[in-house]
Amino acid sequence: MSDPRFLSLEALTLAYGGSVAVDKLDLAVRRGELIALLGPSGCGKTTTMRAIAGLMEPAGGRIVLDGRDITRVPANKREIGLVFQSYALFPHMSVYDNVAFGLRLRRVEAGELDRRARAAIASVGLTGFEARVPKALSGGQQQRVALARSIVVEPRLLLLDEPLSNLDARLRLEMRSELRRLQRELGITMIYVTHDQAEALALADRIVVMRAGRIEQMGAPEEIYERPASGFVARFMGFENTFGLEGGRLTGSAGAVAYASAVPAGTRALAWRPQGIALGQGAYQGRVLGASYLGQTVEYLLDTSLGPIKAETPAAQTRYANGDTVPFDLPLATAAPLAQP
Amino acid sequence: MRSLGSVLLALVMLFLLGPFVVIVIAGLSSGETLAFPPPGLSLRWVAKVFEVESFRAAFGVSMLLGVGATLVALVLGVPAAYALDRYKVPGGEAVRSIVTAPIIVPGIIVGLALLRFLLVPLGLPVMLGLFLGHTALLIPYAVRIVSASLNNLRVDIEEAAILLGASRAGAFFRIVLPNIRSGIVAAFILGFVTSFNQVPVSLFLSGPGVTTLPIEMLSYMEFNYDPSVAALSALLALLSLAVVVVAERLLGLSRYV
Repeated sequence: MSDPRFLSLEALTLAYGGSVAVDKLDLAVRRGELIALLGPSGCGKTTTMRAIAGLMEPAGGRIVLDGRDITRVPANKREIGLVFQSYALFPHMSVYDNVAFGLRLRRVEAGELDRRARAAIASVGLTGFEARVPKALSGGQQQRVALARSIVVEPRLLLLDEPLSNLDARLRLEMRSELRRLQRELGITMIYVTHDQAEALALADRIVVMRAGRIEQMGAPEEIYERPASGFVARFMGFENTFGLEGGRLTGSAGAVAYASAVPAGTRALAWRPQGIALGQGAYQGRVLGASYLGQTVEYLLDTSLGPIKAETPAAQTRYANGDTVPFDLPLATAAPLAQP
Repeated sequence: MRSLGSVLLALVMLFLLGPFVVIVIAGLSSGETLAFPPPGLSLRWVAKVFEVESFRAAFGVSMLLGVGATLVALVLGVPAAYALDRYKVPGGEAVRSIVTAPIIVPGIIVGLALLRFLLVPLGLPVMLGLFLGHTALLIPYAVRIVSASLNNLRVDIEEAAILLGASRAGAFFRIVLPNIRSGIVAAFILGFVTSFNQVPVSLFLSGPGVTTLPIEMLSYMEFNYDPSVAALSALLALLSLAVVVVAERLLGLSRYV
């Protein structure tokens, strides 16, 4: 993909009243890339997106799109599309009129307008629903209309604000692959805001993990998932057992244990996913506090001298009951070494 | 239980509609004075209503005030409600309270104050005074009702319109206005009816040769105790009903409510 700086945010600072929501953010997005802004609520991801769209004025820094500084360009002249979490469909207009709205504003000639509107409606699979009003559509269908309405005007950049969070689990999976298909077909650059790591992993070319108005880590999904840079990212990626490491000792909330394995230099913490903890053998012992049957696997909550530990084993393996004392191991092979706890 | 419910319902309906029925029947009287039950039925007093010159003139004034003042109040009130709802106006809450004040302050005080401190010192023509008084009285209704509609409208649909290329004004006229139409229609109907039935403010602001219909009816009754006032009241009630029906048909009041 050419043009590594199709969109760039340069020292972007955003503030509400006196409080800084986003602090000197730098980000470069390639043309045609799908970037996920991932983080818990309040991390500044939605604020960043609103600033890119022009719905919020930055307190400092620049936004450059395709070589042009758009920091002061009004929202209606930026040609940036936004799919709202709430869909924000126009309630008094039919599906067709919602989709045609942007084309009419651009004074697109009648024949072409009709062709493009129908093509956009067809591309999201809503042919036949043109005359319906938004109220008469399901959540998933409204989502599709919102998408069609945004892409029909061929924006230079499409922003999506938690677009799937109001859909049920099955529909979310379906829309996820549909989004990906549309993005590939149209080659459109997308920034996808979400707090759902599974969504970000499945969709994005690159994930930007945000925390308290700053970028915590940025990289390909595999990189973020397998090699989180900090305890924050690790916990977000499912490394639920994180322990500090100092002088050959692991430290948890309840206490410390000796840890013999040689770790990479600079490692200050180690983190394990529940699946990464080996039950049934090893140098450590824990007491089973609870077990949840998850189908394929069983998840145990163990009380250990490090504090509570979550471990997940295949359901076919030996099962343990509450109160059992179980030996376990913390293999370095399944651990994520963290430079900061 | 069910029969008790029916009896209660009937009593409430009687309480609500009774006076109206009495007035209609009294207005159809064939007698010389206002009486119930009437000695006989005729349309002579209904016909009389249309012959009284002062009624005709006052009706014209009231219609002009009702429609004109309500429209002006909406033109001022809709942007005010929008600004109060969407922007952090400095002192917005104070403005909201002041705008609502005329609903709380008795009309008789508003009328007196307008007469004493606006009309007399400035020497305004009577019609203009009435118009200003009614407009001031109706702005609170416009602001309040339109505010309620705006409250139910999501802000992000305006943002969506802007991102699709609409200007702020464009988003207001294409997106906001169509969605608060029912509120505007409701405010118009309520404003018109309020203005048309206004007595205390109009009492002070009426002047020689220019008076509203309710005031004219009051003064007519001081000298003539015939059923024409009852007949006129019944006609006005029919007119109000017609306004609501027409508004409903033309603007589809219930389509969005």
